[in-house]
Amino acid sequence: MPNELEQVVISGVGVMSCFGSGIDPLWEAMLEGRTGLKRIERFDPSGFTSQVAGELAEDAFKVRKIVPKSHRKATKVMCRDTELAVGAAAEAVLSAGLKTAGTSVEVPTIPANRFGCHIGAGLISAEVNELAAALVTSKKEDGTFDLAHWGSEGMQNLTPLWLLKYLPNMLACHVTIVHDCQGPSNAITCCEAASALSIAESRRVIQRGDADACLSGGAEDRINPLALYRQHCTGRLANSDGSGDMSSLVQPFSDSATGTIIGEGGGIMIVESAESCKARGGSPWCTIKGIGCRQSFADSPLDADSQAITSSITRALEEANCNADEIDVIVPLGSGVKQVDSAEREGLHAIFKERLDSIPTITTIPYTGNCMAGNGGISIGVAAKALQEQKLPARLGAEQTTGIDACACRSKEMNIHNILCITAGEGGQCVAIILGRAAS
Amino acid sequence: MTRVVVTGMGWITPLGNDLDSVWKRLCNSESAIATIDRFDASSFPTKFAGQVRDFNWQQYVSDASLHHSPAMNSQFALGAAKQAWAQSGLGNFEQLNFERAGIYMGAGEGVLDFSAHSMIDTHSWDVKDDKVDPVAWAKFAQDSLDEWGEVEQEPNMPLWHVAKEYGLRGPAFNCLTACAASTQAIGEATSVLLHGDADVMLTGGTHTMLHALGITGFNRLTALSTFEGDPKKASKPFSKDRGGFVMGEGSGMLVLETLEHALARGATPLAEIVGFGSSADAYRITDLHPEGRGPAAAIEGALAQAGIDPKKTINGKPQIDYISAHGTSTQENDSIETMAIKKVFGDYAKEVPVSSIKSMMGHLIAAAGSVELITCIMSIQTGMLVPTINLDNPDPELDLDYVPNVARKSEVNCCLSNSFGFGGQNNTLVVKRFAD
Repeated sequence: MPNELEQVVISGVGVMSCFGSGIDPLWEAMLEGRTGLKRIERFDPSGFTSQVAGELAEDAFKVRKIVPKSHRKATKVMCRDTELAVGAAAEAVLSAGLKTAGTSVEVPTIPANRFGCHIGAGLISAEVNELAAALVTSKKEDGTFDLAHWGSEGMQNLTPLWLLKYLPNMLACHVTIVHDCQGPSNAITCCEAASALSIAESRRVIQRGDADACLSGGAEDRINPLALYRQHCTGRLANSDGSGDMSSLVQPFSDSATGTIIGEGGGIMIVESAESCKARGGSPWCTIKGIGCRQSFADSPLDADSQAITSSITRALEEANCNADEIDVIVPLGSGVKQVDSAEREGLHAIFKERLDSIPTITTIPYTGNCMAGNGGISIGVAAKALQEQKLPARLGAEQTTGIDACACRSKEMNIHNILCITAGEGGQCVAIILGRAAS
Repeated sequence: MTRVVVTGMGWITPLGNDLDSVWKRLCNSESAIATIDRFDASSFPTKFAGQVRDFNWQQYVSDASLHHSPAMNSQFALGAAKQAWAQSGLGNFEQLNFERAGIYMGAGEGVLDFSAHSMIDTHSWDVKDDKVDPVAWAKFAQDSLDEWGEVEQEPNMPLWHVAKEYGLRGPAFNCLTACAASTQAIGEATSVLLHGDADVMLTGGTHTMLHALGITGFNRLTALSTFEGDPKKASKPFSKDRGGFVMGEGSGMLVLETLEHALARGATPLAEIVGFGSSADAYRITDLHPEGRGPAAAIEGALAQAGIDPKKTINGKPQIDYISAHGTSTQENDSIETMAIKKVFGDYAKEVPVSSIKSMMGHLIAAAGSVELITCIMSIQTGMLVPTINLDNPDPELDLDYVPNVARKSEVNCCLSNSFGFGGQNNTLVVKRFAD
């Protein structure tokens, strides 16, 4: 059944980040070495020890403006994660030069039943004000909550479609409606690995012949009290009130790293068969040369496992028919969480040996924060941009890292053929993706 | 050409916690629907559900201390996986390459501590500002919530627990396409094997939304039955007076292997996965496409992969012997699903028996599809078709053979199983009796 020879490319890149809509604002910031991390403004974060995020200003992006008129009413039941996914998908479609139901009245470039959609999502945390406003109607005079009242009357104060707003598959569902993607569709929910696993699935769907192209990646918003609290529970966050220099707050692979920072955003790609892209006159950003997926065997779901990382890279290299010497740049998760960074470095070292110290890395979390299910989409989008521009963006973080080229540095030109992107997510899923320069 | 077979199955369901006893109860037309006793639902519009009972997850793991404090969805998955793994015999196969043994789950989120969350939200409500005081909220949360319980909310946690229990280190995915999740997981796990990325995949789904906020959410959507009367009569798919679905919970897990791998280690294939179709309605968040185009496309895709022309018979019989319906007991689903089956099978639609086990155990949401696929394989093995119970008042508009009320003996070689998710993601599997 599978057509192993089918070559699959990324033909469009859409990113949403704290810098705004599209890959370009993020890329410009990364060339300049300008972080987007700052004190949270959406709510008063003083009750938490980690008060900083990669936050997109509320007025910088209005989803109503980018959906067709027929879908505007539905924006009322979009949570922030869905809005970000819809935004990233719109950018991806635009960058690929596709005509879809959501962007044109002309015949769609990709037939609806050949257009898939795989969008990674997180555990969407309900907006606390919305739920609390209904819950308080069932608060007794003595301050306790009256479940009997809630069942009989209180719940009526919750908007009828409340649940639909927070189902993780709603990111993909809204995107399929906007762009009329009637092919295979899925919602991968694997924390930081969700975007990369979605891209792996899109490629597999295309290679088995069930689609010509897919909108693929992920998005997540962690900037609300419940989502921040849940991340706080992992013990992975760096403490900061937002004062001081934010450009070195997240320090991937540094001995002095203190943790990661939350963010909101995501990246959605157009993953397309090379044949389809060529036939429609599209220009691939890069080729997906190999993918390896593995599961961690660490003792905690919060810890990464170097063996799983090594094994996923080995599998990706095999698929790419590529040896380790041909990897020019590495895009690790680089979250600033010491245990995870150590496992990544160890896993990489098992492949690249002493050369690891001289292979430049690109780290995105010091710029955007950790956008969890959207994080892989952002880093793969940046990798695609680096291949296209033949440039390495500046790095933020520590002045010194040991055993891996990940310390703060300026941007530079570079001849890049192949980039290895890695994700080791909470819950143990590891993904390695090798992107290659598109054939000219 | 690579073929994919099932070598192990297990489930934890409202009707029981092992293959044989649940199967007997399904064949006896028994209902598991009863008054909810997990929380006091007496004032809720819906007061009944299909609840898992007499289940202790610690009996299903080698060392409970490896698992911290698994949420209930993870507990169910560990219970079902243990049965599937044992039936497969992989526990005794010393040559298993664990990096080629993966996992694809269709698992829902963990169980929210509604009691604590309602206290935190209401106590931090600022009456003057008419919104939550986030500083107070943070304090109450840090004082009241179980930190590990919040980590266990992530939908990929059942995956972690099951992979850890069996040492699975191959490709690992979790998807959550609402009610279609575990069918999609099994279909994509099959695809991972066909793609050559693994030899073995442990796959299926697990979910419970049987908590105050879950029932609230579906009550507000008016999707749940609010039947007044004997709860056992509440879930009535394809009936004229069907009034919404009944909540269930549980897990269904299967071991899939490439045929080559299964035969090389001397395993007995239970059935073969021969088709998988996936589609999106791309219509509305709240409604199915009125012509059933998404469900029809998923069914057609699965049949095409299986090499089955639904409009052709062999020896005068349709090539599909049984359809396990999504059959939720909502007005919309049962009408649209019937329409989609008719659209695909044309004149032969009425000759294919269709039933819904949701009439007996309720809707297991993300886990529904995997449990229903196991039902199909049990049908192939036993020659029995399980009924749609509570079908005393058939909808005249729905005129297929829904195997009403009583199980039926039948030769079953090939089955189709449908799952359609809220939001419009549709998945269908075709499973066949294994033959060399």
